[in-house]
Amino acid sequence: MKRLLARSEVVIALILILAMIIIGLINPAFWNLENLFSLLRQNVVIGIMALGVLTVMISGGIDVSFPAFAVAAMYLTVRAMVGLGYEGVILPFIAATLIGLLLGLMNAFFIRTFKMIPLIVTLGTASIVRGLLNGVVGTSIVNIDRMPQSLIAFGRTVINLGGASLTVMLFIYLALAILVHLFLTRTMLGRSIYAYGGDPESASRVGFDTRKTIFVVYALAGALAGFAGLLHSSMSWLANPRDFIGLELDVIAAVVLGGASIFGGRGSVIGTLLGVFMLVMVKNSLIILGIETTWQLVAVGLIIIVATALTALRDRKKLGA
Amino acid sequence: MPDAFIELRQATKRFAGVLALDKIDFTLNAGEIHCLAGENGSGKSTLIKLIAGVYRADGGEVRIGGRARPHLTPKEAIAAGVQVIYQDFSLFPNLKVAENLALNTLLHENRKTVAWSRVRELGRQALARLGIDIDLDAEVGSLSTAQRQLVAIARALMADVRLIIMDEPTTALTGREVDALFKIVRDIQAKGIAVLFVSHKMREMLEISERITVFRNGRKVAEGPTAEFDEASITRHMTGRDIDQSAFEWTGDTMAMPRLEVEGLAVPGIVEPTSFAIQAGEIVGLAGLLGAGRTELATALFGMRPDHEGEIRIDGVKVNPRSVEEAIEAGIAYVPEDRLTEGLFLTQSIERNFCASILDRLTRGLLLQSGQIREASLKTVDEMQVATPDVVRPVIQLSGGNAQRVLIGRWLLTGPKILILNGPTVGVDVGSKELIHKQLRALARERGLSILMISDDLPELVHNSNRILLMHKGAIVETLASASVNEDQLAAKLKALR
Repeated sequence: MKRLLARSEVVIALILILAMIIIGLINPAFWNLENLFSLLRQNVVIGIMALGVLTVMISGGIDVSFPAFAVAAMYLTVRAMVGLGYEGVILPFIAATLIGLLLGLMNAFFIRTFKMIPLIVTLGTASIVRGLLNGVVGTSIVNIDRMPQSLIAFGRTVINLGGASLTVMLFIYLALAILVHLFLTRTMLGRSIYAYGGDPESASRVGFDTRKTIFVVYALAGALAGFAGLLHSSMSWLANPRDFIGLELDVIAAVVLGGASIFGGRGSVIGTLLGVFMLVMVKNSLIILGIETTWQLVAVGLIIIVATALTALRDRKKLGA
Repeated sequence: MPDAFIELRQATKRFAGVLALDKIDFTLNAGEIHCLAGENGSGKSTLIKLIAGVYRADGGEVRIGGRARPHLTPKEAIAAGVQVIYQDFSLFPNLKVAENLALNTLLHENRKTVAWSRVRELGRQALARLGIDIDLDAEVGSLSTAQRQLVAIARALMADVRLIIMDEPTTALTGREVDALFKIVRDIQAKGIAVLFVSHKMREMLEISERITVFRNGRKVAEGPTAEFDEASITRHMTGRDIDQSAFEWTGDTMAMPRLEVEGLAVPGIVEPTSFAIQAGEIVGLAGLLGAGRTELATALFGMRPDHEGEIRIDGVKVNPRSVEEAIEAGIAYVPEDRLTEGLFLTQSIERNFCASILDRLTRGLLLQSGQIREASLKTVDEMQVATPDVVRPVIQLSGGNAQRVLIGRWLLTGPKILILNGPTVGVDVGSKELIHKQLRALARERGLSILMISDDLPELVHNSNRILLMHKGAIVETLASASVNEDQLAAKLKALR
């Protein structure tokens, strides 16, 4: 029992259940199947991005460039489809993922080659990518009337459960989560990320190829962001080249809430899934309770600070200091 | 003729033109415990890294298991059976014991995936091989230093190891943990594995090793069976001169007004009411086991325990400092236990470190007087014999002994009457240590400085103080005249307290 409670995921799950009970008491409509499905739907895009950020944070880094990469991948892909009159799903998603992956490799290159701080590198690349996108490609929104019909149709795919409709995109998110989970826990490459986050010097002494580790980490974060970007577009039926501004805060908050350590070396996919759900639920409940969006920013900020403080306390206790 | 496992022939290594190893011939036999002795910078670490494949020799050759290895890489060295346990252990604090133990083997086997049952099994085997019991599911970060060292040793034993190199393994261990480590080292040897022990602690070398090789300035200066060495001869080889072993004598007036008088000083729950006095120019040692309350007593004198009770008098005037500022004002200086974390600003210049505690004196209006700072710094560097070409160099670039002298020098600038030192030569090599001792004696004799020296290094206490206070469970239980006690008697007294 003690061992079970020592796992952060269990604690997060318990807090989540408690929060759900409280929100349900304030607003019984919370437990409606439609509301729950709508919440899950809102998990998808943030959640896929969070899987990438989780990987980066385990390696001891941080990434604030993924919203910019997501928007670039999405907008470039959609504009290309519109321009070429191309209809399809698989190829566009591969393209968006690859764009994100290449941009992620750029992060890794700067971080590894010049031994730069990831926060500074990703702030810089985010700004460059957004600037280039809006300056070179344009700022006009691709609306529903011009959006490729194939993407819209794909984003609308649902299944009916108990009289409410649940988006199929949720299963894509969960499948990706399982893949990332297996990657992190069952492959040597995945373990090298934890090892690097724990002690980079020791990781190379033991014989890990730490250069590969860094490139894989940031490429994965970029690829997941690119994929999530296009998915967002097909679920919302438009492509806005100024989308996702400020989203990094939400995603990082969700990952920290899920028990990942900002100092690296700790974090899990299960925790992150729970953290994402909690964040979306809290933000949503604030809307339902009629609280202004400006106050939601305060809530997200508080969540980041409180969750980080708690994980920092936990880590310090584990180190016995 | 025993069978040589490692052989270096005329091995030479240069860094930017500076000779780190000068035509070294070195032999380590299979299955022996061999000690590598030398001061910091003598070439010990370079030699280890040559054997481990981290560096490559510029001249000569490295042979492992009878084969020349001109292009040795770390991976090949490991494959040849050489494992290095670095001072920091190179473990992953965030991972469990089992995974820490298994990673080496999994990497060695070029695995792409991780089977957790295998990880546990490898971990269990590794601990069983050492005959130790540590929770495989505990995170390494939550273990004690001694336990982490055991994990590092267990990890090194996993592959087909023939030689384990331990770099300063006893630095962070308590006396009892050192005994336990030595037992394990002998067990490892019993399995036919050689151990290369790097140290600068004489006693340990003499106790554990069968053969000793001594390095000085990149040259091998002595080697042979341990029986042919004693402390004095190793020291002579390491430093190239005889170390002054004479005892400190104080010839002041015992009836004069004491410089420091402590009456009924107590820290609630830690230090029992304690009374003692120190005369001007005296050096008084403070001995005791870990947790006896020595550091708490010292910090109370230095104003860091505002909750202390009793009376502290300097030259007959009651001072009872309630803050560090008040203590400095009263003429008390304190050089803490862990100078690297508590005492020095490592990335800052020597000069800035010097003036850190006397800033108000060097300020006119709002501005610092840089001319005065420079002058005072140069004078102190000279006085403390800090080996540095200038005073703007960051302290982190200095050796341990020089860094320690910077810290002592800083406190001298405050013009103290009483200097409290906590472990003044921990991690400092023999030559530097002697220099620090000499300077402390000179300060006591010439400036009339009263020194209270806390140390676990018993020879240091016996040689450099005229009286030794023995502290146990928060109280001073005995006062010994250094002239009438030797280090073995002192060690026996400490042991009896256990």
